[in-house]
Amino acid sequence: MTRNFATWPIILLLTVLSLPLFIMYLFLLVDTFSNTPPGSLLPNEFTLEHWRFLIDPTITGDIWKPTLTTFLFAASMMVIVVSVSATAGYALSRLALPFRRFVLSGIMVMHAFPSVTLIIGVFLVLQFAGLYNSLIGVILVKASLMLPFGIWIMKGFYDAVPWEIEMAGVQDGASRFTVWRRIILPQVKPGLLSLALFAFIDGWSEYMLPRILAPSSDFEVLSMYLNTVSDPNSSTYNFNIFKSVGLFYTLPVLALFVLFQNRLMNIFGGGTKG
Amino acid sequence: MQISIRNFTKTFDATTVIDDMNLTIRDGEMLALLGPSGCGKSTTLFTISGIHRMDKGQLMFGDRDVSGLPSQKRNVGVVFQNYALYPHMNVFENIAFPLTVRKDAKADIDREVRAIAALTHISELLERRPGQLSGGQQQRVALARALVRKPDVLLLDEPLANLDAKLRLEMRSEIRRIQLETGITAVLVTHDQVEAMSMCDRIAIMKKGEIVQIDTPADMYSNPRTSFVAGFLGNPPISFLSGIAMENAFSVAPIKLRVPLVPQEGIADGTQLKLGVRPEHFGPEGDIAVEGRIAFAETQGRENLYDVALADGSVLRSIQPAGRNWALGDTVRWHIDSKSVFVFTDDGQRL
Repeated sequence: MTRNFATWPIILLLTVLSLPLFIMYLFLLVDTFSNTPPGSLLPNEFTLEHWRFLIDPTITGDIWKPTLTTFLFAASMMVIVVSVSATAGYALSRLALPFRRFVLSGIMVMHAFPSVTLIIGVFLVLQFAGLYNSLIGVILVKASLMLPFGIWIMKGFYDAVPWEIEMAGVQDGASRFTVWRRIILPQVKPGLLSLALFAFIDGWSEYMLPRILAPSSDFEVLSMYLNTVSDPNSSTYNFNIFKSVGLFYTLPVLALFVLFQNRLMNIFGGGTKG
Repeated sequence: MQISIRNFTKTFDATTVIDDMNLTIRDGEMLALLGPSGCGKSTTLFTISGIHRMDKGQLMFGDRDVSGLPSQKRNVGVVFQNYALYPHMNVFENIAFPLTVRKDAKADIDREVRAIAALTHISELLERRPGQLSGGQQQRVALARALVRKPDVLLLDEPLANLDAKLRLEMRSEIRRIQLETGITAVLVTHDQVEAMSMCDRIAIMKKGEIVQIDTPADMYSNPRTSFVAGFLGNPPISFLSGIAMENAFSVAPIKLRVPLVPQEGIADGTQLKLGVRPEHFGPEGDIAVEGRIAFAETQGRENLYDVALADGSVLRSIQPAGRNWALGDTVRWHIDSKSVFVFTDDGQRL
């Protein structure tokens, strides 16, 4: 490969710009495994005591139950978002629906709304349906707020599948549903996978909706748990434990990003196959 | 199986693409729908397949009226221009797809797929994915998939358009061989007159949603009904001269050209006419002399192609065997073979 400009100035610039972030994350990691004497910048001992919350529920309360709840929350949201987007995106891309343009622009507008502005309406609906203060209610709200994004993305992926492939399937004697399931769906698999990841990560990091829509319920997600740990008035307040819990909370997201980063970028490619 | 289209009308939104068309495709023949883009040939093809519905008219497969049936129930094999293979399945699964949809027994599927793969010469490719195949191989797979469930009719939509020149030549004869071996009724849509003439039993030339002429390739070439048909068939194409009728002859006064209208008598003097001269009927031999200057010369190896500009500015094309070469700018006195020319009225009808 020939280079027509030197790369080192760019690398240098990027390094300088990202250094503050990098140092912050480094100290976050270092602090969870060490103690630093007051007034000093550098740690003086290695310890695992800040990670004891994993096995000792007396320090900050049991962490595994919120972890499981968060996992359930994120996973069910992922299932809803993926299944609805996969079908709705296909319908909007391929079927001659009445009011198709209207629905499409409606989805676009909904995507533009910040979820906070809808919160009062959502609250009323949940209250009316008897789902206020329940995990199911929060999952439904969170999933439906993500649907416009998901449907729009999936429509883009379906649009990129050649029309002839679908017609060939119909010509071969398969019903529209069989064609969708056996021929079209495999073509949009990259889109489905990245959408699933996005939905999972989005659900995993959600804080506000459970907080507002289920304030007094008996379930707790990790973000709320983290908030309790960080309360400076609590007797258990310990900055390094807070950091450790925070790191624990971020780990699955980091792992997913590392494992699937190529797939995640795929979603912004407009549905071309990677 | 004989396919007949009766009084077929198709409109998209407000535009009528095809108006009251009638066409019969004989059992076992290969028919080309030939025409420029937008003439309705693909619309006709996709109507036979069931992708488009007829607005008016009737479609018969043999004695069966299939006008109202969806594609799935028509038993039609289609080869699309870009082959439309399923990218996530290997060649075997691609060919087997129509049979698995029909829920055939596994052993039957295996046997059928291998038989059709042998016929189309792709037996050694069955494990490959479409992405690992060349254009010609993909074409063969698409053919095999279209043929595997023994359709009543095989439809080919510009099957050679995506191939390079050499493969096109090879696949032209391959498609014809497979069609003859299976004895299937086939319809080929193309805008390439060479494909239509070399592959098909009959050609239907279409223009603006109408069939202008339907004939065997040889008859159509030697006996075109309109100037459009004459201009569409033949490469290099026919050239036209404008003139008027004068004393039972086609006449271009400024260059003193007179071609007698032998069979047609009684055309009023002064009627505007067009004379069509094929390149092979204009050259050093012939009976009616025309003087002109070589305005363009192209070497094609075996033959040379010349454009001869006449004194009034009109141009006649000529194709001559290589050997005796004329140079650009040479003045020549060549002849038109008056027995082989076509005379058309001003609106293109053959006299």
